[in-house]
Amino acid sequence: MSYLEYSVKRVPAGFRKLLHINWALAVLLAAIASVGFLMLYSVADGDIDRWAEPQMERFGLGLVVMLAIGLVPIWFWRNMAGVAYGVSLLLLIAVELFGDVGMGAQRWLDLGFMRLQPSELMKVAMVMMLAAYYDWLDVKRTSRPFWVLVPVFLILLPTALVLRQPDLGTSLMLVGSGVAVMLVAGVHWAYFASVLAMGAGGVATVLLSRGTEWQVLLDYQYRRIDTFLDPGSDPLGAGYHISQAKIALGSGGWAGKGFMQGTQSRLNFLPEKHTDFIFNTLTEEFGFIGGISLLTLYSLVIVFCIITALRTKDRFAALVTLGIAATFFLYFGVNMAMVMGLAPVVGSPLPLVSYGGSAMLVLMIGFGLVQSAHVHRPR
Amino acid sequence: MRRSARDTDDAARKVTRRALFLGGCQAAVVAVLAARLRYMQVEQADQFRLLAEENRVSIRLVPPARGQIFDRNGVLIAGNEQNYRVTITREDAGDVEAVLHRLAEGIPLTEDDIERTLREVKRRSPFVPIIVAERLTWEQLSWVSVNAPSLPGVQPEVGLSRVYPLDQDFAHAVGYVGPVSESDLAQLESPDPVLQIPKFQIGKVGVERRMEDALRGAAGSRRIEVNAAGRVMRELDRREGDEGADVVLTLDVALQNYARIRLGGESASAVVMDVQSGDIVALVSVPSFDPNLFVRGISNTDFRALMDDADFRPLSNKAVSGAYPPGSTFKMVTALAALEAGVITPETTVRCPGHYDAGGRRFHCWKRGGHGAVNLNSSLAESCDVYYYDIAQRVGIDAIAAMSERLGLGVRHDLPMSAIAEGLNPNRHWKREKRGQEWRIGDTINASIGQGYVLASPIQLAVMSARLATGLAVEPRLVKAVDGVDVPVSAAAPLGLKPQNLRAVQQGMFAVTNTRSGTAYSSRSDDKATLIAGKTGTSQVRNITAAERARGVLRNDQLPWNRRDHALYVAYAPSDAPRYAVSVVVEHGGGGSGVAAPIARDILLFALHGGIPPETAYPAAQRNRIETQHRTMPLRDPGQLAGTSRTRA
Repeated sequence: MSYLEYSVKRVPAGFRKLLHINWALAVLLAAIASVGFLMLYSVADGDIDRWAEPQMERFGLGLVVMLAIGLVPIWFWRNMAGVAYGVSLLLLIAVELFGDVGMGAQRWLDLGFMRLQPSELMKVAMVMMLAAYYDWLDVKRTSRPFWVLVPVFLILLPTALVLRQPDLGTSLMLVGSGVAVMLVAGVHWAYFASVLAMGAGGVATVLLSRGTEWQVLLDYQYRRIDTFLDPGSDPLGAGYHISQAKIALGSGGWAGKGFMQGTQSRLNFLPEKHTDFIFNTLTEEFGFIGGISLLTLYSLVIVFCIITALRTKDRFAALVTLGIAATFFLYFGVNMAMVMGLAPVVGSPLPLVSYGGSAMLVLMIGFGLVQSAHVHRPR
Repeated sequence: MRRSARDTDDAARKVTRRALFLGGCQAAVVAVLAARLRYMQVEQADQFRLLAEENRVSIRLVPPARGQIFDRNGVLIAGNEQNYRVTITREDAGDVEAVLHRLAEGIPLTEDDIERTLREVKRRSPFVPIIVAERLTWEQLSWVSVNAPSLPGVQPEVGLSRVYPLDQDFAHAVGYVGPVSESDLAQLESPDPVLQIPKFQIGKVGVERRMEDALRGAAGSRRIEVNAAGRVMRELDRREGDEGADVVLTLDVALQNYARIRLGGESASAVVMDVQSGDIVALVSVPSFDPNLFVRGISNTDFRALMDDADFRPLSNKAVSGAYPPGSTFKMVTALAALEAGVITPETTVRCPGHYDAGGRRFHCWKRGGHGAVNLNSSLAESCDVYYYDIAQRVGIDAIAAMSERLGLGVRHDLPMSAIAEGLNPNRHWKREKRGQEWRIGDTINASIGQGYVLASPIQLAVMSARLATGLAVEPRLVKAVDGVDVPVSAAAPLGLKPQNLRAVQQGMFAVTNTRSGTAYSSRSDDKATLIAGKTGTSQVRNITAAERARGVLRNDQLPWNRRDHALYVAYAPSDAPRYAVSVVVEHGGGGSGVAAPIARDILLFALHGGIPPETAYPAAQRNRIETQHRTMPLRDPGQLAGTSRTRA
């Protein structure tokens, strides 16, 4: 029972809601997605059918989904949080049992009409679940140890399943967005400080366990860490991708080489140029100006979300909005840090720009929740 | 559950604070990302641009066309032929095997070829063209072009490859080219990058090797854009290389061909020199081989066959690499040494009883009964050994060795050929240095008739006869012009021999072929304009023991081939106004007069007449035989040997 349920009268109803949708956010998302269409057209060498058109169709579908979710009152979604979390968890288990193996990891669930990546779905579902949990929880109990352990368990359960696939990038992002929700919910600083300390200890354990019987990560994950720390050590092997990616990005310079003129992506030196490394094509062809523009668009999305969160008085709405913002932030932050050589290559797409269905759809669902919070805010 | 408004407000304020904190953290991260972006794209941009450019641009060498080699009249000896070949590219072909089978309908392709191509295609990247067949005819290439629609991925190509149209004739004199080997690269201090081009060919032996720098030319280059897989996307620019320089040799294709055929199935060599200019007009070693085999990549069987023939050694250029005891052809050296030293005059007579005793040993003349009283002229004509034993004793080995060197023996003449033998002029100093032994009287006696330690190569013997013919220090030369610029002929310096001495020796050589008692009388010319002066030689390759001599020396045809004597002959003609000098060495051929002299005579007459000599040049009794011989010789069609315009293939 939240605050909003008692202020229903002030909330718009019916099709009038459409006028109250945050259209600025929708335009912003469309702008970001358009950058994606442009780059997908470019990396396909002017072939629109290859990547750009399917991506447009998905974004169109995503917009519809976002609006549909946005028009449904936010408390409905709060009530659905448990269902969403439960279904996502079951799907993760299903992937574990029946999933397709692709690129050395078990991530996909073939539903016949589409290939679903439940770990992506879990990102939003978990944010919803945690927000609903803190909405339900008595505020005074927020920092009580038992009531802190419950959300930790809610985070670690799906994280463990994703880590088994294995997909380190997504697991870290799950933890990241979960922790972000806990942070804004008001859990005491001391917990974060101690987790940070434990995290440092954990990193040390991971690194020290290498080569022993209880090695925590898989060999390829260690190699990625090595490559990240010193890409030059193996420029033709594991470090090749990141070296070529950095060359693409750096050689773009201030203004870039021009649309469809990027030699690194044109001549296939750039790996995964339509997915993980699409930012490098962008920066190669449009330079620093292009790169910083996209970064600005992304930042504006975060700002819009924070504003929405601050203007709503509903706890669930605020937490969900901030959680989605954090997830979105982690997406582009990790991807950009990765392609610029600031983070190890963990295989995470650039949100709304990289070619791919699951991530796009899940993000649009998330922004649908943000829209719902915006539409159903108190006036 | 209803909450108090205060709790809710508190919680909302906390969310606001925390949200702003989180936003701040995110802003900080965004700032770091932006700074990193700026650092890489603005500050380090030049560095990354350079790396991107290095990635993208690759420089490929364009092989230069190799210089051609011509004979003295401009007939092509070594040229470049268009090598029509067909390649297949997997990604364009689709079903490679089906395409190859269709291709086999028009060009000769065996199942093995198809198998090999399929293996190669599988191993390489899909966009790399693989050579399916080489050296196709124009008709076959046209067939491929016409049928292109049904042969996807098949590409006709044209390359240049070396060709020797006169195959065996110049295998030794000119040599051949072959692919660059590891050892070739190791021998060079800073190898020309062009040598790294796959299938690039360089000179392996002979003129092709020694004139490599002139013939090779300079590689051009093209800058191409490649993608990450190394596939060529487009050519950015191209700089053509410099073609190799053409080389004109002093050789004459017709004479060379005649000489090679005339030497026949022996293991032999012949050199013909212009006595004035030193031009080598023919330089032949038999048996020969087809140098084109090496260009195409010689098969193992063929190579083994050439390598394993230890007796006839087809790969060896015996004309310059063979070092033989010159035998009696050395007698002019001993005679001139004695004459110049003043220890004898042409009239000095020596009595030949058939043997000569010195140093407690008995040395025999080839004629058991002896020649009786001989002077210089008859000693040369009849090749009396005892005369030379005697005069050598008087003049001493050091004077003989010095004269030998003056006449061009034991000296490495500067020629663009491989494995040039130095020969040997033995003297006291040499024996002490190299053998650690004192010179003995017997050594002088052996050396006086070109046996013992003396060694000379056919080219040196030809130089010797040219010098005897002219009295000038003629130097042999093989290269007439390089890149259209004539190599100047330096006027040969006089040898400084007393004219009457030289004339006496020349008369002796004239007597060899033109007096009834001369050892080469049957190999004379009957034409007053082309009279020959020469000297036969028969050099032993074994020691004849006293016991053997007592039993009676075995005739050559009773001995195994490799124990028989070498047959030698040196000559020049016309005797009154010399133009050509010749030397012929037939390994284990038997006697110089019977085997080497007739060959040398025929070659000389061919050279003087510029073609098959008229019958009248030969003694009447031999004309029928010579006519038959010339009719049955498988000489090259004169049309093929006619001077052609020097155009590039």
